[in-house]
Amino acid sequence: MSPVTTEKPDSAPAAPAGGGRGGALAAALLNAMRNNMRQYGMLVALGLIVLLFQIWSDGTLLLPRNVSNIVQQNSYILILAMGMMIVIIAGHIDLSVGSLVAFVSAMSAVMMVNHDFPWPLALACSLLIGAAAGAWQGYWIAYIGIPSFIVTLAGMLVFRGLTQIVLEGQSLSPFPKGFQNIAQGFLPEAGPDTNYHNLTLLLGVGVGLFLLWQEWRDRRRQLSYELDVLPYPLWLGKCAFIVGAVLVATLMLASYRGVPVVLLIMAGLLVALGYVMRNVVVGRHVYALGGNRAAATLSGVKDKRVTFLVFVNMGVLSALAGCVYAARLNAGVPKAGEMFELEAIAAAFIGGASMSGGIGTVFGAVIGGLVLGVLNNGMSLVGLGTDYQQVIKGLVLLAAVGFDIWNKRRAGS
Amino acid sequence: MTAPVLEMRSITKTFPGVTALADVGLTVAPGEIHAVCGENGAGKSTLMKVLSGVHPHGSYEGEVLFEGEPCAFRDIRASEARGIVIIHQELALVPYLSIAENIFLGNERASRRLKVVSWNETLRAAAELLRRVGLGAEKPQTRIADIGVGKQQLVEIAKALSKEVKLLILDEPTAALNDEDSRKLLDLIREFRDQGIACILISHKLNEIRQVADRVTILRDGRTIETLAVRDGGGAEDGDGGGGEGGGLSEDRIIRGMVGRDLDHRFPERSHYRGADAGTVALAVEGWTVRHPIDHERKVVDDVSIEVRRGEIVGIAGLMGAGRTELAMSVFGRSYGRYEAGVVRVDGREADVHTVPDAVRHGIAYVTEDRKTYGLNLIDNVMRNITLPSLPKLRRRGAVDEHEERRVAEGYRRSMNIKTPTVFETVGRLSGGNQQKVVLGKWVHADPEVLLLDEPTRGIDVGAKYEIYTVIDQLAARGKAVVFISSELPELLGMCDRIYTMAAGRLTGEVPRAEATQEVLMRHMTTHVRNDG
Repeated sequence: MSPVTTEKPDSAPAAPAGGGRGGALAAALLNAMRNNMRQYGMLVALGLIVLLFQIWSDGTLLLPRNVSNIVQQNSYILILAMGMMIVIIAGHIDLSVGSLVAFVSAMSAVMMVNHDFPWPLALACSLLIGAAAGAWQGYWIAYIGIPSFIVTLAGMLVFRGLTQIVLEGQSLSPFPKGFQNIAQGFLPEAGPDTNYHNLTLLLGVGVGLFLLWQEWRDRRRQLSYELDVLPYPLWLGKCAFIVGAVLVATLMLASYRGVPVVLLIMAGLLVALGYVMRNVVVGRHVYALGGNRAAATLSGVKDKRVTFLVFVNMGVLSALAGCVYAARLNAGVPKAGEMFELEAIAAAFIGGASMSGGIGTVFGAVIGGLVLGVLNNGMSLVGLGTDYQQVIKGLVLLAAVGFDIWNKRRAGS
Repeated sequence: MTAPVLEMRSITKTFPGVTALADVGLTVAPGEIHAVCGENGAGKSTLMKVLSGVHPHGSYEGEVLFEGEPCAFRDIRASEARGIVIIHQELALVPYLSIAENIFLGNERASRRLKVVSWNETLRAAAELLRRVGLGAEKPQTRIADIGVGKQQLVEIAKALSKEVKLLILDEPTAALNDEDSRKLLDLIREFRDQGIACILISHKLNEIRQVADRVTILRDGRTIETLAVRDGGGAEDGDGGGGEGGGLSEDRIIRGMVGRDLDHRFPERSHYRGADAGTVALAVEGWTVRHPIDHERKVVDDVSIEVRRGEIVGIAGLMGAGRTELAMSVFGRSYGRYEAGVVRVDGREADVHTVPDAVRHGIAYVTEDRKTYGLNLIDNVMRNITLPSLPKLRRRGAVDEHEERRVAEGYRRSMNIKTPTVFETVGRLSGGNQQKVVLGKWVHADPEVLLLDEPTRGIDVGAKYEIYTVIDQLAARGKAVVFISSELPELLGMCDRIYTMAAGRLTGEVPRAEATQEVLMRHMTTHVRNDG
């Protein structure tokens, strides 16, 4: 779910304008909370984790510098998690993304370091390679009917091997500055010296205004369709919350070096993929396929084509993550991307995906990824070793999914 | 009569909102073949589930006495320990294990302490059991997948024998069998009777009941209607069954018991379509033949031709396994079985319906019998289920218009009276009747020209049925061609302009509304077995 099209209209209590309010409103609100328990639960959990480490690390966690750091550190996992979420919603799994990250970063290194490609061309070629890899796997899964677990397990081996072949076991570096900026750069600065990053402030104000306009337009259209809307005071509260959140985030980023380039990329992906999954026919078909393949097929959903596209999308996102990773490391290395597939899968499940498919949102995957990312960063800040970090991350995954299952069973659905 | 081996007294079983069994009694004498018959949904399977412990003691009211002792089975194992074994219509065999392993599955011939399977003993015992069921020629090591359905059924019976069965329950044992296999099976049941094993036989095939059963109990709407002796004076001699009525119980007598309910269901007044193209044939199916998806020997739909006109509601009646669903699903984008022959014409032109999108493009919709498996995405909400097939229609500048979508869904919620707090409620939480309205709403909005409705009122209460009938009537009044498949004869009689009957994959009759009665239909629906010989 993108910030532009939040789930809020769904969860809004459908208070009939004239009919019995009170009890009905409370019931609808409770129901909506229960339906979206996993997502709200994780959002609250993320808040608590942030608070915990903020106190534990004596305020280091939310220093503007560290916030930028968290964003950049986790960018590639978040990008992968968004794609993985869609794969899981469709009822599949992709184990090959880590190896594909490595392969694409290796190819980008070969193109730029060995063959002096200009970096935009290398980036474009890398994304095409990712699309081709996704199409290759999607073909076997969608059209031949080999289970995705097998196809992508094969892909995991194939792409890892290809990485070592093209790199000949060596690391390749350095990359052009422009390419490095994908992962390490910030929005350029302009205007007078204000102690804040001017363009970031402008961008923040712009985003805030846009969101408000969006909310206002949605409400007006819903009213014109005579649909139920949020009661006016609640709606005002919601708007105030949105403005507040945008302002805090803007000030935080603007007081360091501004918006990281990679954050812009991720925000763009989140908005675009969230919109596709919610509002574009193909996205809705992904949910239908994952929820009940037989019913979806009988409703005329082109299951093969949709499955194929889901894997092409995953391939392109893996390639993008590969480029970001290479840019951050400033090198193409044979061991790149190891275990990334598992981090992405974990993020998707923490963020509300269901093992059987059909459930989850792209926004949820980002929340799940951030939970893992903040845990990583926070535990490093307070000096816990990677050994303990792994144990704790594993337990968090187990707890998140366990809580969800317990909650569903209690709700009796 | 000697003391009964089984006595079920005033069994009452309710499910939320439905009374499946009300005060049902059943008494089986030792060494008797006792048939239980009734329409689909009359309560036969529920009664057997109570008997076998699938519905555990305490979840029903009434008493079960077996060999004179009261029984309180908590599960199937408990009833099997007493020698009551049920063989379900869907065989419960593991295809990639051997015959011997299947026979002793869960009951392995193994050493007492370490539970090591003794293969010699397993194979020896299996071979003996196979001989007893007339499969002496099969090796116990053969995989189940490698033998035919008829032999698989016999393996199930061998499995039952391995448990020292005293009362064998067979649920539609011959539904999937050809004539010869059926005959072998029935002979075997008769042999068991002579060995003192009592048998409850659930069957739709009335001639089989006449051939083998001693008595028949008829259930209707969850009640015991009557228990009849099949042969006068104890029936010592086994009739060959192939001949005429020859004394004893007639099939008509059984049919009367099965269908003779009060016609107190209410149907909306049928409205009429008055468009210019009224009466033109919208859907014609010609020579449609489909084979079973796995068992290619069997034709599940055999040379069926039907036509449906605009504004017409055409019923298809048939008992379980008659091929009604298979016909509808295979016409709808060949979603079932292996297509063999036949043409589909929509508005007189031959239509390519190779895939579901093809069928949808030609304006055909199929509302499925099994809404949970094929009809709904249970984990998604009401709105998204309704709009799924028609999402492209809701597009504005490439994206689904959420507001329009919500308005459409709200519209159906109101017009079809779907009882849900909001259209964002998860479909899985709705009642069966409301789920069915969602399925119908989904296809009404897709606006097809031909609707294939498969058991659209199955498992829902009377009030919701009336609302669904009203929707169907309105569809016809708008000039749609409706095919209405149902196991409930009264609703076909109440709603349809014409009724086709099917049996064993073939069309066995076409009855106009004026001539249709339950007796006439039931006769057509059960004729096939006699005509086969």
